[in-house]
Amino acid sequence: MQFSLSSSPHNRVRRDTASVMRAVCYACIPGIMAQVWFFGWGVMIQLMLAIATALITEAGIMKLRRRNAKRILSDYSAVLTALLLAVSIPPLAPWWLIVIGTFFSIAIVKQLYGGLGFNMFNPAMGGYVMLLISFPLAMSMWLPVQSMALYPYNLTDALSVIFTGFSVSGYDITQLRLGIDGVTQATPLDAVRSSLLLGETYSEALQAPIFTSESGLSHGWAWVALAYLVGGLFLLWRKFISWHMPISMLAGVILTSGFLNMIMPDASGGVLFHLFSGAVLFGAFFIVTDPVSGSTTPKGRIIFGALIGFWTVIIRTFGGYPDAVAFAVLLMNIAVPLIDYYTQPRTYGARS
Amino acid sequence: MIDVKELTWQGLWKNNPALVQLLGLCPLLAVTSSAINGLGLGLATLFVLMGSNITVSAVRHYVPNEIRIPIFVIVIAAFVTIIQLLMQAFTFELYLALGIFIPLIVTNCAIIGRAEAFAAKNELFPSAYDGFIMGAGFALVLVLLGGIREILGSGTLFSGAELLLGAWAVDLKITIFVPDNPFLLAILPPGAFIGMGLLIALKNILDPRLEAKFAPKPEKIVERARVTAES
Repeated sequence: MQFSLSSSPHNRVRRDTASVMRAVCYACIPGIMAQVWFFGWGVMIQLMLAIATALITEAGIMKLRRRNAKRILSDYSAVLTALLLAVSIPPLAPWWLIVIGTFFSIAIVKQLYGGLGFNMFNPAMGGYVMLLISFPLAMSMWLPVQSMALYPYNLTDALSVIFTGFSVSGYDITQLRLGIDGVTQATPLDAVRSSLLLGETYSEALQAPIFTSESGLSHGWAWVALAYLVGGLFLLWRKFISWHMPISMLAGVILTSGFLNMIMPDASGGVLFHLFSGAVLFGAFFIVTDPVSGSTTPKGRIIFGALIGFWTVIIRTFGGYPDAVAFAVLLMNIAVPLIDYYTQPRTYGARS
Repeated sequence: MIDVKELTWQGLWKNNPALVQLLGLCPLLAVTSSAINGLGLGLATLFVLMGSNITVSAVRHYVPNEIRIPIFVIVIAAFVTIIQLLMQAFTFELYLALGIFIPLIVTNCAIIGRAEAFAAKNELFPSAYDGFIMGAGFALVLVLLGGIREILGSGTLFSGAELLLGAWAVDLKITIFVPDNPFLLAILPPGAFIGMGLLIALKNILDPRLEAKFAPKPEKIVERARVTAES
């Protein structure tokens, strides 16, 4: 009897890139549904625009590079990038915003570095940061939760606002942003940030109507974050992503925000507020787990994730922008070669 | 003995200080937020480069080899001071707009590079021409990059031309479109890096094509016709 001998690993999961990318897209579905439920149909239109732009851009560049466009397009990585970018921008942002952003993500951040597998930076976050620093006003036009909006909108309104700037009944984006009390409703992060800048304390900031209670959870936004958490746990359960990066990032956020909140309870947000506002839960499972631009060694992944969490809270608290996941991710993307260099695992049997 | 054609080709394209040697990137990236800013700094650099090349070439036999670099730097600094004072006198607003980057021309490696690599080894007139054409190559890239960033960022071209060229130049300003949301990235420093990278990429695309076009055609190979069959 003959045993076949081969080197490790012996037990492999046979998955190709496309099936992993598709799974991550599917895992976004609960989050997207929650976003549509709370913030209206705009999200879906942005998604369609983003995916169309991403595919056209990728195909165009494949043609320029004389590669097989069909094979590259069918790995779904462009679709995933488009999806991650589309859910990160305000749902009723004008159409050119998502088109420019997706084009930049795919053409500059991903393909100019050599395409999937060679990009140093997370494409979706690269595009997002480009939009954020280029069009700060349009990127801050978030909507109130639709049940609390003065003028809720429907699908045709969404199309009309995105392409012409006005809804069917003639409301523009600033009117659509009004809450039921006639006051423009900010995102939870914006609300806390602006009231801290006005000199109020954190607990006073939590009196804003968008927050449900003193805990720091907010209407709508916390549910969206929770929905992404569900999708992320699915990915974790099916082993599409390893636990290292999401868990260490969340730990980084919890420890940093807990510590800051302990030493200056009036000037920085609490743990729950940081976890369930903005892009932390979404980022922990869908952004930092990007296998290309993240760290590759087990120890390195933990350092990578934890520092993203750390920087997210630090930039949110002391920086100039309300949310900081994208900045933290890009910052740590630069540090990946260094982290990988110092955390190379010891080969079994080799002396350190 | 002066090969004008070769020097021109080297300065404007093949050995362009900005696109190929990548010298003087600091002012290149910092001031090119508009075409006129680029033109102003490009002209200033051109004059300094010409002046320093002429002077260095003229004194090259009297400068001890060991201390040539400090002497070159002093020569360059003298010309930069002249330019700075001239700009302060005649184009004051442009002087304010360019700010610290005028004195910083001293540190522009393209200038000391040409002094060391060309002027210190060549006659006066070739050195003067080399300084002129290298400066022109640098200025062209500055204007090009500034123009691209200005169009993308604020939708205009040659705005502020009157600061450099006098009051009549107000009419040079071309408004291509009026953006509701200016594309800030193009005006911010990252836009300079990305624009510069794209320009270099464009040059790399054009290079082989130009080479194919201008390369000397191989001499016609005449093969002796075979008149007798051996089979």
